[in-house]
Amino acid sequence: MERTGATLQNFEMNANTQNYNPWLHWFIVVTAAATFLLLGSGGMVTSHEAGMSVPDWPNTYGYNMFLFPVSKWMGGIFYEHTHRLLASGIGLLTTVLAVWLWFKVPRTWMRWLSVLAFVLVVLQGVLGGLRVTLHLDKLGIVHGALAQLFFVLICALALFTSRWWMELGRRSPTRREKNSMDKHAVPEAGAPLRRLVLFTTILIFLQLVLGATMRHQHAGLAIPDFPAAYGKIWPDTSAAAVARYNADRMEVISENPITAFQIVLQMAHRLVALAIFIFVAVCAWQAWNIGAPASGPARANGEGRKQAGPEAGAPIVHRRISLFWLALIAVQIALGAWTLWSNKAADVATAHVLVGALAFVTGALWCLIAFARPASQPQVAPDATTPNAFGAAQSTTANRVMATRASLPRVFGAHPAMIGDQ
Amino acid sequence: MKGAKVSPTVLLLAVLAGAPVARAADIIGTITLKGTPPPEIPITPLMDNPDCAAMYTTAPTTHFYVVGPKGELADVVVSLKGVTGKSTGPGQPPAVLDQKGCLYTPQLLAIQTGQKIVVKNSDHCLHNVHCTPTVPGNQEHNDAQLPGGADLTYTFPKPEMFLRFKCDVHPWMFAWVSVFDSPYYAITDKDGKFVIKNVPPGKYTVEANHRKLGAQTQDVEVKDSDATANFTFEVK
Repeated sequence: MERTGATLQNFEMNANTQNYNPWLHWFIVVTAAATFLLLGSGGMVTSHEAGMSVPDWPNTYGYNMFLFPVSKWMGGIFYEHTHRLLASGIGLLTTVLAVWLWFKVPRTWMRWLSVLAFVLVVLQGVLGGLRVTLHLDKLGIVHGALAQLFFVLICALALFTSRWWMELGRRSPTRREKNSMDKHAVPEAGAPLRRLVLFTTILIFLQLVLGATMRHQHAGLAIPDFPAAYGKIWPDTSAAAVARYNADRMEVISENPITAFQIVLQMAHRLVALAIFIFVAVCAWQAWNIGAPASGPARANGEGRKQAGPEAGAPIVHRRISLFWLALIAVQIALGAWTLWSNKAADVATAHVLVGALAFVTGALWCLIAFARPASQPQVAPDATTPNAFGAAQSTTANRVMATRASLPRVFGAHPAMIGDQ
Repeated sequence: MKGAKVSPTVLLLAVLAGAPVARAADIIGTITLKGTPPPEIPITPLMDNPDCAAMYTTAPTTHFYVVGPKGELADVVVSLKGVTGKSTGPGQPPAVLDQKGCLYTPQLLAIQTGQKIVVKNSDHCLHNVHCTPTVPGNQEHNDAQLPGGADLTYTFPKPEMFLRFKCDVHPWMFAWVSVFDSPYYAITDKDGKFVIKNVPPGKYTVEANHRKLGAQTQDVEVKDSDATANFTFEVK
């Protein structure tokens, strides 16, 4: 029985590995990297106030977009035109990705995710075009927010097609106990941590929307100093004070006068940033306490898993993600301060947008990882046929697979270990 | 000969000839600035653009506060508040806004509703002419204008103060066009002086508007001689 169990595990491991398609995975990774560049390009358009520098769409000053002379890529046109070209490239990559996933990946939910990616990229293109042709500045905020969601979707697809994700939980708890530093051993995150990660990620998205709203006011810095606000903890937003601020402002590019609403908006952005930092720090603290022993070390060799000892189920993945997330937020706060101190220098402000995107996608991916766990940890003997912590891989034993699948929660309509099935 | 009868018509004409006639007059004034405004800043992004930098040896500066040696404040738009429906714009010659040296010239204009404003491109580089009205009824436009290209013409049917024209290719380029529903407006010159011509007799509220310093009002009465309205703005 023990030999049968070991043989089954080896078969499952081989099946998972064979389901991994490196070409598909790395194509999606390249698409994600290109999307990140596009986010930066879009950030530069707004930072340079160049969103309307090409009055027509989809043409460019009457030229076919792909034939616009390079000699005319001057001033704001350079940023807007290159953004459109990059976006076209992303559209092409996403189309290839959608077709590839649709025809080559049998899992229905993955197919529909690829369709969603295609729909989103088309929608993004249309939104960007309408923002220009209809002179709808507010559409720029929607365009920016949707870009972040699209980026998360592509990164999630990259995660789902990765070897790491496919090998999640392929080892039994017994082996996991023996290899406590196994990087593939991802213990249950716990409901409180999962909820906190999800909440913080949503909060980051709201912060991104706040930031996009601020940037599309086209009024420059509503508050020029940091950490004070017009020399105070909370600035005076009376009509007389705002009039005085406007009288003293000497702006070159953003000549819209500032309003009390914009000042309050920036203060809200600062406060939410502080809240995010605290929540992410708490997530990190909780992540470092995953697997902390309630009592004694685990027993070994066939007596079943009891309360896990500190050496069992090392939460390396959760710890690493949480530390990376915390570092990102710290960098983001520093960039936010630098944006103010540099009077909103375009490259600094755009870096702030990009790190914000990374923080959002980090939280989103951690949510996926944290939620991809079984409903309960099974009690496993070495020769057991019950599922391991993350579900059984593809197996020729139909009953075993059915029993395993029944025990797993669904992530995007399927079980993590099934994602690589092809 | 007996005394001739005087025609009633002649009698009426004689009475009218002797009666005092109310005539239009001007509203004149001087606007000054009290206090020291913030220093103007160089338009450094202009010098980062090769097309535009070629036309300058040093970066031009902003012109938020144009102040004379005795505090005379230029670029204040003065008008009669609440006077509407008197526009003669359609019959007026077009106002001209030029793009020269990658800057709008003049930076401040005043026109009437229905009056044409012609935008020229005297530069060797392309611009986009993007006007962003905030008053409903005035339409936003964003048009390409190649070097040597045709003039662009716009009209605005609604009054609006400081309607912004900008170029997104060169994001430091701004012009501010104030649109009035009457011919009674003026912009102060470098001596801080203004003249609103041919104002019919009556009581009016004169409004002086500066882009940075806000607005002030003053009541005047126009009779058969010029009325005066002086303003003093203060930088705190």
